[in-house]
Amino acid sequence: MISRREVEHVARLARLHFDEEELARLQPELEQIIGYVEQLSELDLSGLETTSHAVAIKNALRPDEPWTGLTHEEAMANGPAVERGSFVVPRIG
Amino acid sequence: MTTGAETWEAVIGLEIHVQLSTRTKMFCGCELSFGDPPNTHVCPICLGHPGVLPVTNEKAIEYATRIALALDCHIAPRTIFHRKNYFYPDLPKAYQISQYDLPLGLAGHLDVEMEDGSMFRVGITRVHMEEDAGKLVHAGGIAGRIAGADYSLVDFNRGGTPLVEIVTEPDITTPDQARAFLTQLRSLVQQLGVSDVNMEEGSLRCDANVSVRHPGEPFGTKTELKNMNSFRFLHRGLEAEIERQIDTIEFGGRVVQETIHFDPATGKVSSLRSKEEAHDYRYFPEPDLPPVELDAEYVDKVRASLPELPAARKERLVDQHGLTGKEAALLAANKSLGDYFETLAGATGDARTSVNWVLGDLSAYLNVSGHEVADCPVQPAALAELLALLKDGTLSGKMAKEVFEAMCETRKPAADIVAEKGLGQISDTSALEAIVARVVEANPGPAEEFRQGRDKVLGFFVGQIMKETKGQANPGLVNELLRKHLQKG
Repeated sequence: MISRREVEHVARLARLHFDEEELARLQPELEQIIGYVEQLSELDLSGLETTSHAVAIKNALRPDEPWTGLTHEEAMANGPAVERGSFVVPRIG
Repeated sequence: MTTGAETWEAVIGLEIHVQLSTRTKMFCGCELSFGDPPNTHVCPICLGHPGVLPVTNEKAIEYATRIALALDCHIAPRTIFHRKNYFYPDLPKAYQISQYDLPLGLAGHLDVEMEDGSMFRVGITRVHMEEDAGKLVHAGGIAGRIAGADYSLVDFNRGGTPLVEIVTEPDITTPDQARAFLTQLRSLVQQLGVSDVNMEEGSLRCDANVSVRHPGEPFGTKTELKNMNSFRFLHRGLEAEIERQIDTIEFGGRVVQETIHFDPATGKVSSLRSKEEAHDYRYFPEPDLPPVELDAEYVDKVRASLPELPAARKERLVDQHGLTGKEAALLAANKSLGDYFETLAGATGDARTSVNWVLGDLSAYLNVSGHEVADCPVQPAALAELLALLKDGTLSGKMAKEVFEAMCETRKPAADIVAEKGLGQISDTSALEAIVARVVEANPGPAEEFRQGRDKVLGFFVGQIMKETKGQANPGLVNELLRKHLQKG
């Protein structure tokens, strides 16, 4: 069961705002999704290690060598507001 | 700690972040920098652009392994990264790549020595790897403060810098212990050569989990104390927070689990009153980064490459050079000073005199001048020359100090300064004998007194001879010659 409070909590964590109607619709939807995945718990998986990665590779490392990243202009090109070489963000908190 | 009728004990655990001094960031090849213009060391990966693939820096793994091993941690044979999800403007991906339930190192410890020579052990819960966030500058309002700022500026040069987080067990009970632990941890990490560990520049950061209780009782509610960016502030912040908690309880209140901010300007602590809900980071395995599996061979190789660590060096300095535990601890905690001592002791063959000078005059000079050992104007070979002049009697202890000061100022060799200043103690028996004879002859009264058994009069004669020789007579020799002459009558 997904409670109304849980839906609101998850929405807040994701910084999503829903009105009453949307919240009412999301609750059964989320419940369905979770319920679908929950079928897995019907299986006995006790002997299996938790899968964290779908591909069986390990130690994909790179040497500690610098590369040329973006130029400052390129980096800032996507910033909606730029000041003193920095990205401007609205006041925090 | 006792306030009023009640006895309180603090319980402190520390979380330390160490910025690694690799050339490039944790998951991309952007160079690490400090003080460069904003957003000049960035790329699509550390800016969190969509569709990019982070790749782990192998040097960062090695450095983190060095730290974990130096703290006697167990190295996990398989370690993975997790995403720690939260929104903040300095975190472009809205998650930090960190580690969660499979960290690199577990269950280590560090033995810490207090100033009085007592030791205590701090358990290390875990050592894990993660990436640093960007840097925020708050504009408008009170300069630099987040509260009341109109807007903020984000610089991602620091974003993605490799960090190692070290979490201790709650084994620390006083601000003094916390400071001693952090000081020794800093020196350890410094000697590993994996970080600049500079608190002011933020390459070493420390948060504290603090609670208070009556001894023997279960743990109280803890708060997380943040923003202590120097050793002094760590100490003061802890003191203030412990006091605040005790006051709260003694006045009938309750400590609430929250984040407490230390303000260096006022020395006060205050609640951040964060609107955030209880931390809910929804950790999940980072699918873009395959697991890291370090085999025994790799771990052994890293272990073999570790330099002599402070604890081992301390022991060796005691055994090999006959230093006291305290002397050895001081030298072991400061690698360059320890190296200086060992080079000097090697050159002079006299560890006792060497350690006295290194911890005495040399340390005093370094403290006052603010020089690092590396740029000290008097390096071990030059000091060894001075100590040779002391040993062969050319200089008295007092003169040697004077020459040392001049050497620091002028960078000239000891012998040159002795010649220039006309220093050098008169140790020539025949030269001194003439003076002694003259002084004894000129003072028949006191000479008679001495012969009557008034030993004290000797001091008068020594004084006269020092005056005649401008303090350059070898005092031992003067004493010996005086007694001989006076007894002759």
